[in-house]
Amino acid sequence: MKLPALPYLPWRQPQLERGPIQLTARRLYILPTRSGLVFALLLLGLLIGAINYGLSLAYLFTFWFAGVAVVAMLHTQRNLSGLRLTAKAGVPVFAGESARLLLEADNPSGLKRLRVDLTHPDGVSEAADIPAGGKADLALNLTVAQRGWHALGRFGIYSTYPLGLFRCWSVLELSDANAMPFGVLIYPKPAPDALPLPTTTGTDPDAATSHTDGDDFTGLRAYQAGDTPRRIAWKAAARSQHLLTKQFSGQRGSTLHLNWSQTPEKDTEARLSRLTRWVLDAHASNLPFALTLPGRNIGMGMGELHLRTCLEALARYGKSDAAN
Amino acid sequence: MRRIDLDLPLLWLILPLALVLAPHALALPLWISLSWLVFAVVSLHSAKRKRSWPTWLKMLLSLAGIAGVLLQFGTIIGPQGGVALLVFLSGAKLLETHTARDRLGLLFVGCFLLVAYFLNSQSLAMAGYMVFAAGALIAAMIANTQPMPDLRATLGTTGRLLLQALPLALLLFVLFPRLQGPLWGLPQQNTAQSGLSDRMSPGDFSQITLSNEIAFRVEFATPAPSPSVLYWRGPVLWDFDGRTWQTRLSVPPDPIRAEGVRQPLSYAITLEPHRQRWLFLLGLPRERPPSLPGMESTLGPDLQWLSKNPLNQRLRYQIEADLDYRLDAHGLSAATRARTLALPQGNPQTRTLAAQWASTHGDGQAIVDQALNLFRNEAFFYSLKPPLLGENSVDDFLFVSRRGFCEHYASAFVVLMRAAGIPARVVTGYQGGERNPLGDYWIVRQRDAHAWAEVWLENQGWTRVDPTAAVAPDRVERGLDAALPAGERPAGLMTLNANWLMPLRQSWDLINNQWNQWVLGYNQDRQRQFLARLNPFLATWQGMAWGLAAAGGVLMLALALAVLAIPRMAGKTSDPASRLYNRFCRHLRRAGIVRGEAEGPADFARRAAVLRPDLADSIQQISQLYLGLRYGDSDRANLLELKRLIRRFRFQKPGH
Repeated sequence: MKLPALPYLPWRQPQLERGPIQLTARRLYILPTRSGLVFALLLLGLLIGAINYGLSLAYLFTFWFAGVAVVAMLHTQRNLSGLRLTAKAGVPVFAGESARLLLEADNPSGLKRLRVDLTHPDGVSEAADIPAGGKADLALNLTVAQRGWHALGRFGIYSTYPLGLFRCWSVLELSDANAMPFGVLIYPKPAPDALPLPTTTGTDPDAATSHTDGDDFTGLRAYQAGDTPRRIAWKAAARSQHLLTKQFSGQRGSTLHLNWSQTPEKDTEARLSRLTRWVLDAHASNLPFALTLPGRNIGMGMGELHLRTCLEALARYGKSDAAN
Repeated sequence: MRRIDLDLPLLWLILPLALVLAPHALALPLWISLSWLVFAVVSLHSAKRKRSWPTWLKMLLSLAGIAGVLLQFGTIIGPQGGVALLVFLSGAKLLETHTARDRLGLLFVGCFLLVAYFLNSQSLAMAGYMVFAAGALIAAMIANTQPMPDLRATLGTTGRLLLQALPLALLLFVLFPRLQGPLWGLPQQNTAQSGLSDRMSPGDFSQITLSNEIAFRVEFATPAPSPSVLYWRGPVLWDFDGRTWQTRLSVPPDPIRAEGVRQPLSYAITLEPHRQRWLFLLGLPRERPPSLPGMESTLGPDLQWLSKNPLNQRLRYQIEADLDYRLDAHGLSAATRARTLALPQGNPQTRTLAAQWASTHGDGQAIVDQALNLFRNEAFFYSLKPPLLGENSVDDFLFVSRRGFCEHYASAFVVLMRAAGIPARVVTGYQGGERNPLGDYWIVRQRDAHAWAEVWLENQGWTRVDPTAAVAPDRVERGLDAALPAGERPAGLMTLNANWLMPLRQSWDLINNQWNQWVLGYNQDRQRQFLARLNPFLATWQGMAWGLAAAGGVLMLALALAVLAIPRMAGKTSDPASRLYNRFCRHLRRAGIVRGEAEGPADFARRAAVLRPDLADSIQQISQLYLGLRYGDSDRANLLELKRLIRRFRFQKPGH
C-alpha cells in the first residue's frame, strides 16, 4: 500500500535526527483509513436499522463491532509503539537503478509486531514483521536518476494492523552515524556504449604503441552492476544461469590514466558517465588505473576499494556535500 | 501426498461469509443460496488457475441477480429483497476480489448481513451462533492484512479484540438512549401466524396441531388465581353463518358498562409478537382501555382489547384488574341483543331441542344448566381428531358425531342458547397456563388456546360458561394433555409431561424469559426503569449522555492502559523453537535427566544419549533440529517436524 503523499504535518519543522529513534506515543499519530471510514458509515447504518426495527441484538452487535474498532485502534498504535529505528548504510547503486534503503527496526518488547511498513513519495516497500525481542530490516526501494548522495528526506513508518481500519504513523528524518542524512550514494550512470579505453598519456611510449583498440575478445567474467547490456554474453549466460560479461583485451601491462579532459563528450554529466564506464571496464579487465578529475586526483591503483573510491569521487563530483 | 492447493486469502473470505450466511439460507429463496455456493466454488477454482472473469459477464450476473430478486420479492430494498440481493451480490463479488481492500469490503457486507439476520430471529441460541460468526469475520479482517496469516495467532488476536471490546459494547447497550418506534415503515412480515385466529370453523378441519410455542408469559404481583379460572380473553366472535364464527361487522358502539366485583389482580403480560392486533386480558381492567407503552389501543363493549397496529415486537404491559366482574348487568341494547340472538337457517334438530327447553324453563340459568347437563350426561367425548361435519354442522355434532374439542362445544352451546332465546357469543383466548416455579411466572402456550361461551342472563349480565369443562373437566383443571384420550396424547420423549425433563425445561424457559425481558425487551421503558433504579438522574437524556461520557471515558482509559502496556521481554521466551525445546527438556527432566544451568544443547544431548541409550536417536535428532532452527534459518517445515518429534518423544518415554 502506498500513500498518495506523505502525511504532512505543517506544524512540525523537519528535524534531522541521529541515532536510534524510539517510537513513543508523542511521535505516533493515528487516523482512520478509508476503509475505517466506510466501516464507521456501515455501523451508523446498522444503528439506524436497529433503532427502526427495535432490534436489541442489532444494537448489541453494532456496539460490539464499534467496540472492536476502537480496541483495534489501540492495537494499531501498540503495533508501532516502542520500536527503535536505526538507519543502516545503504549499498550504493548506479543512477537509474533501484536503490534499497534499509532501516533496522529493533523490537525490545515481548510482543511481535506485524505488518510494519515504510512510506515515501518515491519509494516502494513491503511490510515486514518484527519478532518479539528481535530485529528486522524495513526496506524502501526507490529509483534515483541523479548521481550523488541521495538523502531520503522525510519518510513515514506506518502500520494498519490488525484490522486495517486505522493507520498509525510517524514521520521521521534520519541521519546515519556519520551525521549524513539517511540516504544512499548514487554513482553516475555508466555510458551505455563501449568506447575503447583511452590511450595512456603516461610515460611509457612502448606501452602506448603496443596497445590494441580493446576490441579483441579475451574471455568472460561474472556480470557486475553497471556493465552495459551489449557486453553481456547472452548465449553463455543462458547456459550457465548467471549473467556473464564479455571481456575485451585492454592494455595488459600498461598503466592507464583516466582523465577528465580525455573524454569525447564535453558535457559534465556525460563526461562523468564516460569515466564511470571506463573505470568499470578497467576494473573488469584487472588494469591498474588512475583517475583525474578537476580538483581531485586519485593515484594509480586497482582492486575493489580503489574502484569504490573512484566511483564515489565521480558520484560526488561537483556536489556541495562532496566534502566528505 | 498431494495437498489440495486452495487460494488462502479467498478461503479466509469464503468461510466466514458462509458462516454468516448459513442461517440466512433458511429464509432465502433456494436459488440465491445455490448461486452463492456456485460463486464460491467457481471463484476458488478460477483463483487457482489465476483466471479472471470478463467484466461484461460480471455485469450480466449482477443484473440477473437484481432481476431475479425483483421478480421474487417485487423490490430490491427492504429487509427481505435487500438482504436477498446483498447475499447474491456478495457471492458475485467473490469472482473479483483481487485486492485486500476488495476483500475487506466484502467482510463489511458480512457484518451487515450478520446484524440483518436478527430481523428473522433473536433467540438466545442464534445470538450465541452469531458471536462465533462475528469472531470469524474479525479474524478474516486480521488475516486479510497479512500475506501468510498464522491461524493460531490470528484467532488469539480475534479473541482478545472481542473480549476487550465487550465492556464497551455492554456500556453502550445499557446507556445508549433507546428511541421508541420506527423511523420508517416496519417490514411486512408474511410469516405464517400461529395460535388464535379471528374466525373459527368447527368441523372444517378435522385436526388441530398442538404447538408448544409460547403465546405470552405472565407475572402476578398479587397471588395468582387457580388455573381453572385463568381465562385469558382474546377475540370475541359475534356472528355465525352456519359453519364459521367471526365478527363480520363492527360491534354495536355501546359504552362499556361494567363494574369489578371481587379479587383485585395485578399482573404483567409479556406478549410474543403474533402479528395480529388483539391483546389478552384476565378479568376486568380498572383502566379502560389499559395504557400500553407507546401504542394506541381500543377496548370494545365486549371487552375485546385491540391495538391500533399489528404487534410485530414483543410487548410487555401491566394490568390492574378485578377477576370477577359484571358486564351489562342492567340491560342490553337492542342492537346487541339482536346481534347475539341471530342464527342462520339450518340445524332444525338443534332448534327444536332449544325451543323445547325454552318452553319448559322460564329461567335462563336453568336452560344453561340443561345444556351443560346434556354434554355432561350424554356420551360426548373430548377429542382433537373429530370427524368432519356435514351441512348442518351443529345438528351433526350434537346428535351424530359427539366428538370434538373446545370449538365444537362452544359453538354448539352458543347456537343452542341463541335458539332458546338467550343472547350468547363465542369468546376465544387462552385458558390456564403453566407455572414456572424457578422464576415465579406463568407460561401460556399456543396449545392453551381455548374457546368458550358467554351468555347474557337477567340481572347477572354476561356470564362465562365453558361447555368444554362439562365434557372434560380435566381440560380446565389440568390442561389439555390430561383431557385427551390416551390414544391421542402426544408421543415421544419430549412431551410436556415427561416429569424428569420438567426442571430442565423450566430452567431453559427461565433463561429465555430473562433474555426476552432484559436483552430483547430492553426498550425505552425498560431502559428508563432500569437506569432509574441505579440513579434517577440516569433515566433522563442528559443523564444518559453524561453517564456514557463518564463511564466511556473511564473505560477507554482503562483499555488504553491495558492494551498499550506492552509486555517487556521477560525470561519467558517467545521463540517457538525454544518453547518446543524447553518442553523437550521438561520431558527429560521427568525422566530424571536435568539440563545444567550453562549446559549447551549439544552437550546436553550427548550426556542424555549416554544416560538413555534407548532414546539416543530421538534425542540427537531433536537437538540437531533445534540447533538448526535456532542458529540457522528458521524454516516452518522444520519447526513442524520438531513439534512432531517432541510429541512422539513424549509417548516413547514411558519406558522409564
